[in-house]
This record gives sequence, C-alpha cells and structure tokens, in this order.
Amino acid sequence: MSSSKIIVPEVSTRGISRRSLLIGAGAAALVLASGSMAFAQDPLKIGFVYVGPIGDHGYSYSHDQARQAVEKEFGDRVKVTFVENVKEGPDSERVIRQLASEGNELIFATSFGFMQPTIRVARQFPKAKFEHATGYMKAPNVGIYNGRFHEGRAVHGTVAGHMSKSGVIGYVASFPIPEVIMGINAFTLAAQKVNPDIKVKVIWLNTWYDPGKEADAAKALIDGGADVIVQHVDSPAAMQVAESRGAYAFGQASDMSRFAPNAHLSAIVYDWGPYYIERVNKVLDGTWEPEDKWWGLKEGLIQISPYNDKVPEDVQQAADAVKNGIIDGSLHPFTGPIKDQKGVERVPAGETISDADLLKIDWLVEGVQS
Amino acid sequence: MELAVPIIVAIISAATPLLLAASGELVVERAGVLNLGIEGMMLMGAMAGFAVTLLTGSHIAGLAAAAAAGMAMALVFAFLTLTLSANQVASGLALTIFGIGLSALIGSAYVGQPVAALPKLDVAGLSDLPVIGPLLFRHDFLIYFSIAMVPVLWWYLNRTRAGLRLRAVGESAEAAHALGHPVIAIRYGACLFGGLMAGLGGAFLSLSYTPMWAESMTAGRGWIALALVVFAAWRPWRLLVGAYLFGGVGIFQLHAQGAWGLPSELFSMLPYVATILVLTVISAGAARSRTFGAPAALGRPFRPSG
Repeated sequence: MSSSKIIVPEVSTRGISRRSLLIGAGAAALVLASGSMAFAQDPLKIGFVYVGPIGDHGYSYSHDQARQAVEKEFGDRVKVTFVENVKEGPDSERVIRQLASEGNELIFATSFGFMQPTIRVARQFPKAKFEHATGYMKAPNVGIYNGRFHEGRAVHGTVAGHMSKSGVIGYVASFPIPEVIMGINAFTLAAQKVNPDIKVKVIWLNTWYDPGKEADAAKALIDGGADVIVQHVDSPAAMQVAESRGAYAFGQASDMSRFAPNAHLSAIVYDWGPYYIERVNKVLDGTWEPEDKWWGLKEGLIQISPYNDKVPEDVQQAADAVKNGIIDGSLHPFTGPIKDQKGVERVPAGETISDADLLKIDWLVEGVQS
Repeated sequence: MELAVPIIVAIISAATPLLLAASGELVVERAGVLNLGIEGMMLMGAMAGFAVTLLTGSHIAGLAAAAAAGMAMALVFAFLTLTLSANQVASGLALTIFGIGLSALIGSAYVGQPVAALPKLDVAGLSDLPVIGPLLFRHDFLIYFSIAMVPVLWWYLNRTRAGLRLRAVGESAEAAHALGHPVIAIRYGACLFGGLMAGLGGAFLSLSYTPMWAESMTAGRGWIALALVVFAAWRPWRLLVGAYLFGGVGIFQLHAQGAWGLPSELFSMLPYVATILVLTVISAGAARSRTFGAPAALGRPFRPSG
C-alpha cells in the first residue's frame, strides 16, 4: 500500500478555502511523514498553484486537467496537492512557501503574477524545484514554461477575417502584459491578411476572472459594432453574450461551445499534460534542470478546438493552412512588415520578431483600437 | 445617440445585484447588526438558484431556492451572533469564507452547464417600442423587484410601526428592550431578510446577468454592496442612486476605454474613485450637520438582561 492512499486531496479538499486546505494538507503531511518511514519509495510530492477556481472552465481548469493527467500517468509514484484561487502577489508567496515547507519537491506556479513570489520562495528552498508559467525570471531551481497562445490566435484571426461582416472585432482582454498583447497582435495581423481593413477593438478589464465584467465588456464591444468576440479572460461569460446577441465568438483555454452553440466558432485549448508529465519524469529520473520551454501548436500544448459548422469549408481550409504553416515552420505569425498603432514600422518586410523580443512586447499593431 | 440605450440597459443589469444585496444589508444594519457575509450569502444564492433551476426547469423554484439558501446562511450568522453573542465582524467574515467554499463544493456538479436565462417582460405593444421598450419594458422580474423594494423599504423604515421598532433596536437595543420590544427576534428577522435579498442578488448573477454557475462568480460584489450601504448613509433612496452610479461608472469605463488615449488602468479604477469621492463629500456634509447616519448600536452585541 502506498502512503498516498491515506488522503486524497482532490476529494477531501476540493473547493474548500485554501486556508483549510493548507491545514488539511499540513495534517496530511504529518500523517505521511510518520507513516511513510516503512516504505522505501516515497512518492514525489508535487504542488500546483492556480490563480482561478478549477471550475472556471478556462485557464485554471486547463492546468487542473493536466494535473489529473499527471496523477493518472504516475499513480502512486506521485502525491499531488493543488491550491486554487490564489491571488497574485504577496498572498501567493505565502501559499507557495507553505507548499514548499510541506515537502513538495516540484511546484508548478501557473500564473504570471506568481513570478516574483516563486523566485523568492525558491531562494529559501534550494532543494525544491519550481516551474513558473508565462513569466521570464529564471533561477537555479526555477524553470519557466509557457504556451505559444498567439499561434492559436493567428489561426482564429484567419477565421475571424473571413467571418466578420462589419469589419470590427471585439477583444475582451485582461491585462496589458506581453502574453495578452502578443495574442491581440497575432490575431489582428492574421485577420488583416484576409481583410486589410479589419479593426480590432480591445477592452481591458484588468482582471482575469469576473464573469459579470467579462459579459459587460462583450456587450459594450457588440454595441460598438463588433460582430466577432474574442476573449483573453477566463470565464465563458463573453461567449454567452455573443450567443444572445447573434455575434460570433472564439473561446479560450477550453472548448466553450456548450455556452454558445451558435456563436462559438472555435476555441484555443491548452493541453499542459504532456509538458507536466515530461517535467515530472525528469524529476523522477534525476535529470531535471531549469529550462525555458515555450511550446505551441507543434508540441500540442496549444490546440484548436473543432470548428463550428457555421465556418465554411474554404475558411476552415485557410485556417488549417495557417495552422500547418506554423507547425512546419514555414509561417511565422509575426512576419514583417509590421507597423504599430502609431504607424511606425516595427518589423521590416521579410523579417520576424525573435522569441526574446516577443516575450517583452509592449506595443500593439496597426488596426488595434484600445 | 443610439449607444445610449444599450449602455443604460447594461447599467441596469450591473446595478441590480448590488442593489438587491445592499437593500438587504441596509435593513440588517438598521437593526444594529453588521453582517460581512454578503459575498458568501450571494454565492450560495447564486449556486442554489442555478442548481434548482437546472434540475426543475422552473425559474420560480430557482428563485425560491436562492432566497432560501441566502436565508439559511443568514440563519447561521444570526444564531452565532444573536443567540450566542459571537463577534459580528469575525462571524460575518467566516460566513463569506464558508459561503465561497460551500457553494464551490456543492456547485462543482453544475459547473459548465448552461441554463435558460430568467424570462424578460414582454408586454405586447410596449416592449417593442423604440427606446422606451428596452429601457422600461424588457427586463426580468428581479430588476423590477429590486427597484420596487426601494420605496417599499423607505416606507417600511419611515412610515410603519414595525420599521420604527427596527430602527429603535438599531439605535439602542437596551432602550428598545426596556420598552418591551423583542430585540433578538427583530434582529433575527432583519438578518433573514438580508439573507433573502443577498440570495436573490446572487441568483440574478447566475440566472440573468451571466446565466451559468462558476465558483466565486460574484467576484467581490458582496463587498461592494456592503460599501454601498455606507455610501447611502443607510437610506434606501440613496442606495438606489449609489448602486446605479457604481454600475454606471463601471459600464461607462468599458465604453470610454481608448477614447482619450488614457491608460485602461485609469478607467478600471473609476468606480472606486467615484465611491471614495462621494463618500468624502457625504461625510464632509454629514460632519457639518449632525450624524453620518450610522445606526448607533451597529455591530454591538445585545444580551437581554432579565
């Protein structure tokens, strides 16, 4: 029998506030510490920190699906704990430190705002290994990983360019950080390739998760003339608005078509499972090193969910051509000439933006209104 | 301006959950009880309303369940603070944390399921009128209810004997007790009403605003409702103004983004800046006159003697 059978975090702590979760996990750690002496092979303890609730059906949900994939893959060889709804900033530092002090040897901090807290905690726990998603700060025991979300945006931009009749696309965005800006730019450039006059209106919400606000933003965009809604926030609220207003929409992080069977054209789906499994394998066989991984369509981390029947065959083919071009490397979503909002040329014709420059991009392309 | 109508309709939606929850809390606080658990009660209402509507297909059953769930939460709070005289601030905070967790736990089965939104009023002839139709005759029940409750509450608090008793309990529980009024029973009633309204406020979110259930979907609206009660100086009409002002600024900033080349963060903080401004103005005015309007016994536990 493995000690991991003593407590199953998912069942016993799911949805309960993270304080009680941590207390529970702490108690579990005590039980495990006393009970595990008899076993030669202790399971690898892994912690996950999510910014939203696992039930958001979006970003945190996608990480939690991957966590379940890790548990399925490794079974008794790992013992996984997760903490959801962790606020970015100081609060997350406390949560990450708690996970580290409970003996988790591998901790995945899955949101941008966990970056500095992760780095600080990593300094205090040199033996633990940390993986931080979507950031840029590394350390001897902190690796970073990210998804090339913008590759999916380029595919969707192609579809949107064909489907928009008004020529105005509404973008419900969270924070003006590189990850989001990159997506808006890739989407706009791809849509402009189809229809050069297309305009993308952006509303910044400065939050990742507030269904009410997300819905309000989608309404405001549609009232402003948009007939296609894209979102880079975490709930399906904007999809519902698009459905009720007769607009089209693209979901993010998971397939949201249930909420908008007519409006939902496609979604970008994140599959972090293969990445997490690879990292856990590396820790188990002792070859883990801090790396900087940026997986996309090619590695399967970013996937395009099935198109709605409303997307005509030829449009689907055009979108698939973009997808396949990105996968085989023949097409780069950021190929010059690219001008910024002020009309200044940022990328000369024929050139592309390097990954390093992309990761700190802070300008929007021509045609974006925000 | 053709944009004005959809903007106002959006403002009405944004203000309604705040108005519902804050109306309840206003009565609770006028009775001298401070319940910080609005967020928790709203979430339980949102979850119960959604789940029951999904299971029974009846919106009426859903709304009843939402009201019942809010009241059940309020009952827990009332038992702790009124019967056991526990600290109101701590109990209220606990109620919020409890509500967030419990609604997520029970609600996890309903995540990701769509439900039909509350039906909108449809009056032949009137609802199809341009401008007036969408502004006045195309809302759901909870929106009309939330607005109708404002004059009802004003009347109850200022023109009825029961309202006077409630205010007396909130100003001086000891004096009310000495006069023979059942302080604890009145406060129980106020708490239950607060729970009912918070539950309906939550149900508005999960059945009308964004017809779905997701964990923590209130996203802090319970706290804003709490602030609105202070903002309104515990008066129903000012509460209506406050809720619509707050909702209005929130919607306005979405439309105004990018208009003057100002950073979006500036717009995002507008509703809060407006709240602080109005609070400052009100309290400055109140300082010159007599009181800020807070019930004198607010937050003070009462233990009947003899």
